[in-house]
Parts: sequence; structure tokens; C-alpha cells
Amino acid sequence: MDFAFMRDTFLTLIGGVPLTLNLAFMAVGLGAVLAMLLALMRMSGLKVLDWPAQAYVFVFRGTPLLVQIFLIYYGLGQFRPALQEWGLWTFFREPYWCAVFALTLNTAAYASEIIRGGLQSVPYNQVEAARACGMSGFLLFRRVIFPIAVRQALPAYGSEIILMVKATSLASIITMMEVTGLAAKLISQSFRAVEVFVVAGLIYLVLNFIITRIIMAIEWWLSPHLRRPPAIEPRLEAAHV
Amino acid sequence: MSNGVASLSSHLASSEAAPAVSVQNLRKSFGSLEVLKGVSLSAREGDVISILGASGSGKSTMLRCINMLEIPDSGEIRIGGETIGLKKTRKGMEPADQRQVDRIRSRVAMVFQSFNLWSHMTVLENVIEAPIHVQKRPKAECIAEAEELLAKVGIVDKRNQYPSHLSGGQQQRAAIARALAMHPKVMLFDEPTSALDPELVGEVLRVMRSLAEEGRTMLVVTHEMGFARDVSNRVVFLHKGVVEEEGAPAEVFGAPKSERFKQFISSHR
Repeated sequence: MDFAFMRDTFLTLIGGVPLTLNLAFMAVGLGAVLAMLLALMRMSGLKVLDWPAQAYVFVFRGTPLLVQIFLIYYGLGQFRPALQEWGLWTFFREPYWCAVFALTLNTAAYASEIIRGGLQSVPYNQVEAARACGMSGFLLFRRVIFPIAVRQALPAYGSEIILMVKATSLASIITMMEVTGLAAKLISQSFRAVEVFVVAGLIYLVLNFIITRIIMAIEWWLSPHLRRPPAIEPRLEAAHV
Repeated sequence: MSNGVASLSSHLASSEAAPAVSVQNLRKSFGSLEVLKGVSLSAREGDVISILGASGSGKSTMLRCINMLEIPDSGEIRIGGETIGLKKTRKGMEPADQRQVDRIRSRVAMVFQSFNLWSHMTVLENVIEAPIHVQKRPKAECIAEAEELLAKVGIVDKRNQYPSHLSGGQQQRAAIARALAMHPKVMLFDEPTSALDPELVGEVLRVMRSLAEEGRTMLVVTHEMGFARDVSNRVVFLHKGVVEEEGAPAEVFGAPKSERFKQFISSHR
């Protein structure tokens, strides 16, 4: 192992981290909005909404992300005149937006199922208690259903975020110079695949380590009701002495 | 009172003493099973009515119809003289106006068998939730009042704990505080002690007895014969979806007219 080379590699690859994180967070953020919409469509009880959402999830979970990226990046070029007419060509001309688009569509399919699971696991008796207090519609959703669903869905959603950070590496094949893209370029110059990929792998590992800690902290903060209670409130204890 | 003429005439008609709750000829089926076969019931202000009956007699369903947690197939429900509007749709009956239902629900508090506290909120947050977000009252006022209510039911020291950290009896008392925080005109209790260990039943019944003594209007579905006999001023016995026996506790327990109620009392001794 050539440590001097690995240090140089590290310094090169670290330059790709902002783009890796940018792609991941854009996709997770936009994907969450789309996923919420899909989950609500699936739970609407209306076939006209449920069926398209089901078909969407089936297609995007059932095909490889790599294929989806290729289809969007190369495939949409065939519809250039139409896209130009709609003013979307400036958007799909950019590999960055194609990558964000593909990653978003993909994560939305998985995340919608996670959100649906969370929403469906909200205990019905707590919803009923809210109705009995005069809550309905968006207020009921915002104050009771959604907060409980989020707590149920967070562990699975955390995994999905980590998967997305790693999935950004596929954007390298449509010329995005994120961590893996830079690594591939470096290998083609140096032919030292092992060192470069070891460093690249370590970078992903560190990123995901930090992300898992953040998700764990959010989970901890959101679920005091699942922890053991503080034995006795200090003030009361003092009063009893 | 938004729609002037209708509410005025109903107000005049019932001006003497509009019953706090009036249920007329209520019918409800689940599939082919007819649970309520024309039940009528009326509660004046300050009434404490115990609703008794074997399981499957329709007593919980009737209570749940009063605040529209179940939608009756036919019949009329009036809360404080205001009739809850229902409309027929393809799927069955539905409330005509969700806002009316929400408004009425915010004045008809319900206490459930399994407490149904919101698990992600502390006891205090549970109590102030609806006053702040449904009734839009100022937060500071709600918190001060919630603390008073929690002191009243004896769990003010648990205000910052979560429901999962409380015993069943404490959870049910928190749920009663949550119901009281809405300043309800009527309180519905759906078997409030049935999910509790025997030694915890007493603490909840004590709170309910003190509410009855304050003159609150309460409809209580219960299996607690002691409560029905000593605390309520009227007892209604349901059997297979109809009212079999009704009257003052001394009357119905002393000299039951219906054979089934006799059997029921002797099996609950």
C-alpha cells in the first residue's frame, strides 16, 4: 500500500463529497414530497388514485436504478423537440438534473411504501380520540396522524437515506464527478484500482456513519415515550426527604 | 347559532328545559346485524345516566352514535337542542356538515375504555392539545387550567411523563382531565374501568363520582353496579338493541320489571 498515494487520492476524492451529498439530499428531499403524495394516493381508497400509484411503485422498484438513469439521460434525448417545446430541455440537457430526477423518482417509490407503512400503523384508537375532540381533516393529520407515523417510519426511512447516499455513485456513469466519478477518473489515470476504491469506500463509510448518528439522534429526540421514564422528578424527591 | 330561523324555532320549542342530549328512535346495523333497534334516550342537564347491558346489547354503539363516531342509519340526535344533520349517500348515512360535527364533538367529551391517550405527547400536552388547536384558546390559559385539572384527578406530578409511563388508572384519569379541558356540556364514558386492574378501578370511580357531584351531565356505559346504583340518578338497561328497563336506580334495582334485567343484576352481584 502506497500511503502517500492514498493521501493524495483522499484529497482528490474529498472534492466529490459536496456533489455526492448534494445529489443525495436533493433526491431524498424531493423524493419525500413525491413519496408523501404517492402514499396518500394509495391510501385514498379511490381506485383512480390508488392504481397509478401502485403501478408507479411497481415500475420503479422493479427496475434497476442504473437502467432508469440511462433511460432518462439518453432516452429523453429522443424527445428533445417535444421537451424543448415544453421548456424542459434546459433541465434534461444537464446530467445533474437527470441524475437528481432519476434518484428522486426511484427513492420516492421506496419511501412511499415506508410512509404508507407508518401511516397505517397509527393506532386507530388515537385517531378516534382526536376525532372525538373535534379534530378532522388536515388538523387531525398534522397534530396526530403524521407525528405518530413519522416515529414509526423513521428507522426504515433512515435506511433509505443511506441507500440513496450510496446510489449517487451511479450518477458517475452519466459524467457526474462525485466521489465515485472522481475515483473512476483517477483509476483511468493511475491504474491503481484497489487503493482508489479503498479510499472511496472509506469516504462513503464515514459519510454514512455521520448520517446514521444524525438519524439516531432524531429518533432519540422523537421517542421519549419509548424510553424508561426518569424515576422520580427531582423536585418531588427533595420534597419527600 | 348561525342559521337564525331554524335554530330560533328549535330554541323556542325547547325553551323550558332543552335536554342536554336527546336520542330519538336510533337504529344502527353492521352488515346484517342490527345492533340498535330504535333506542330513545334523553338526558337533562346534570343527569348522570348509567347505561347497562350485556356485551353486544348495543350500549357502546349507542354512546358512540351520540358524538358520531358511529353514524346511525336512522333516528335523531340532538345535543343541547341542536339536531345533528345527516345525509344519505351511496355508502350509507354521513354527517351533512363535518364542521357541525367537529363543533359538537368539541363540547361532547368522550372517555374511552382503553384511554386512547396520544402516545407521542406528555400528559400535559394531551390535556392542552384540543383546547389550543380545536378551541383556539390561548396557550398559557390552557396550561394553567390543565395543571388544575391534573391536580384535581391527582396526577399533576405526572404532567411531564408520557402515557406509556403511567399505570392504567393514571392514564384513565389523564384521559378524564383531557375531556374536562374542553369544558364539555356532556361527558360520555365508554366502559371507563373495564380495562383496569381491580385495584385501580376505585381511583377512576372516585374521580367520576366527584364529577357527578359537581352536577356534570354524564352518560356512562359501565359494568360497575355500585356506580350505577349510588352515583347515577337514572339507569337504562339495553338488551338486544332496545331499552328493556329504565328508571331511577332505587326503582329499577329494588323492583326490576323486566325478567332479563333481573337476570342481569343477579349475574353481576
